Amino acid sequence: MDVLEKLTILTDAAKYDAACTSSGGTRTAKKGYIGNTSTASAGCCHTFSADGRCVTLLKVLMTNRCVYDCKYCVNRRSNDTRRAAFTPEELADLTIQFYRRNYIEGLFLSSGVFRSPDYTTELMIRCLSLLRERYRFNGYIHAKAIPGTAPELVERLGFLADRLSVNIELPSEAGLKSLAPDKTKGAILTPMRQIQVRNRQSREELVKYRHAPRFAPAGQSTQLIVGATQDTDFHILRLTQGLYDRYSLKRVFYSAYVPVVEHALLPARNVKPPLLREHRLYQADWLLRFYGFRAEELLDEGNQDFDTRVDPKCSWALAHLDFFPVEVNTAAYEILLRIPGVGVTSARRIVSARRVGPLHIDNLKKLGVVMKRAQYFLTASGKMAEGLRFTQDSLLRGLIAAERPLLPQQEAEQLSLFDAGETA
Amino acid sequence: MEVIYYYDGSFDGFLSCVFDSYAHKEIPAGFSSGEDDVYTLFDSRRVSTDPGHAARVLRKIAALSPEAAVLLQRGFLTCLPEKELHLFRLIAKLLREGPGFLRNRSDGTLFPVIRAVQHLNGEVHLLKGFVRFSDLGGVLGGEIEPKNRVLPALGGHFAARFHNERFFLYDRTHREALFHVPGQSVIRPLADFQMAPPDEAEARCRLLWKRFYDTIAIRERENPRLRMSNMPKRYWGTMTEFQGEEYFKPAPAESPLLPPLPSGLLPDSQGE
Repeated sequence: MDVLEKLTILTDAAKYDAACTSSGGTRTAKKGYIGNTSTASAGCCHTFSADGRCVTLLKVLMTNRCVYDCKYCVNRRSNDTRRAAFTPEELADLTIQFYRRNYIEGLFLSSGVFRSPDYTTELMIRCLSLLRERYRFNGYIHAKAIPGTAPELVERLGFLADRLSVNIELPSEAGLKSLAPDKTKGAILTPMRQIQVRNRQSREELVKYRHAPRFAPAGQSTQLIVGATQDTDFHILRLTQGLYDRYSLKRVFYSAYVPVVEHALLPARNVKPPLLREHRLYQADWLLRFYGFRAEELLDEGNQDFDTRVDPKCSWALAHLDFFPVEVNTAAYEILLRIPGVGVTSARRIVSARRVGPLHIDNLKKLGVVMKRAQYFLTASGKMAEGLRFTQDSLLRGLIAAERPLLPQQEAEQLSLFDAGETA
Repeated sequence: MEVIYYYDGSFDGFLSCVFDSYAHKEIPAGFSSGEDDVYTLFDSRRVSTDPGHAARVLRKIAALSPEAAVLLQRGFLTCLPEKELHLFRLIAKLLREGPGFLRNRSDGTLFPVIRAVQHLNGEVHLLKGFVRFSDLGGVLGGEIEPKNRVLPALGGHFAARFHNERFFLYDRTHREALFHVPGQSVIRPLADFQMAPPDEAEARCRLLWKRFYDTIAIRERENPRLRMSNMPKRYWGTMTEFQGEEYFKPAPAESPLLPPLPSGLLPDSQGE
């Protein structure tokens, strides 16, 4: 089988993994080596695929052969699909050829479990050491740690890669038991803990010894599948929060489940992937990481799922109208962040600009505040936007209308159902 | 008295204009760099570039605010209409009032400049990803079609990333090219440029990338609007994955691989 064919099969098998970021890299250009990692905090997108997702890394599997039989997965043992495997040499060469032409920021290497987790990880290590040592590749590498791999192998993988990730996939143990009988919660969390501990140690060593080797310097991430099981948004968000708090994860990715197989325990094949739900979870994830929100503020036992009509921050604001309006000239940074339509950047700009003189409503747009949403929730020098009149109903309608053009098309069509009934 | 300033279009030239306007106690009504002599109703002054004057102006600005100096350098590379006037007003306000107003992004004098620079920075950021190189017999070559003059900012990025490679990057809009050999980079005007057709290995690599690109998308999630807002169509023209069939066919072996390059720059590294 030639490389083109292998690439096709192994890309197709890897595409459901949502993580494709090159952020957090710390490699600067090094004499005799090719490449560095992006200095932008958000990483660098090299193209966007037809589904609008960022492509930054060459995202492929080492092999799609797999001894596991996870019901939701295209690569499960019982699925009748074409199988292929890269040799470490082929994949290393392909990565370098793509990197030199600036097609990619680096490699994202995952794999089906071929023979055993250890055997597979050894294959991956061979490919990555070829890249780092023979090709002297100094770009970004994201590698998957396969649950059940020996700690020594995870250790070696961590010194070759910039970021490691262990995918949880199913957000509850019940889900794991029924859909992924070969995986256990313990097997997933063990390497996660190991990566967290080693990463911290390595950063401490780096303080003492300048040339101490770096263990996964860009940290670790994971992915949760949304919509394959009955888990609620509240459950998923609390799990996420726990992962950020207790495992110091850099990112949690959400992947709307695309039905790839007919199975009694899974959504039917004609069910559309829950893209809007995934979108709301990402919005909430940002609120956890950058806005100082806690999962319990956004959802609770009574409201287990996000409102599909407005984003989580607006949702929170609507439930806490007594908190508003906020006066932008005096409110603390943390309070500014609570205003819908004010983000991290615009809040910083407000704090900086108000030191020069009092801010008025017409300054705010230039500071990057999205007034379509923010106007209902703030005052500047004691005044709201001129001519603004609203009731609780028209407020909700205004917020829905402000977000609509930004949502995926099919979701916007779904939303129009609500127009006539609930909000009118 | 309002006067039109003619200068050579360089940043030093612009700073010399600023120097002269203070020396003559004039307020410039417009700037022209020779090609477009549109202003005729006003008096005019031809300013010759004086590196000494330019350095004095820049030193004064940097002393008041190092950020402002960077903003001016970047602002000069933007495609902001009448950028010189906007930059001049910014300098004038800085000298008149001191650097305090620079904290306030919504300031009327600062905002147009900062927005234009943001547009430039955004374009630079996207192009760091969207530039495509071809391997032309060992030398990497690429083309871009940006609105702003991005090469000075992009050059540093690629010179660091591919510091051991020899490469060039041609800017179709501004007809200039960045040339890099290990250890040094230069930007030179280049009036005309045609990319050479690919050899066997290059065509193969393009095909592999196109296949990867087409395969990585999830059909059930297709969303052309999202793709277009993340990656505006004006960038597609120079990206491998959006080229027609011809682009993936290798040229006959005897056709020349290297495009004509200015003498003295490549391939030897002794040039500059």
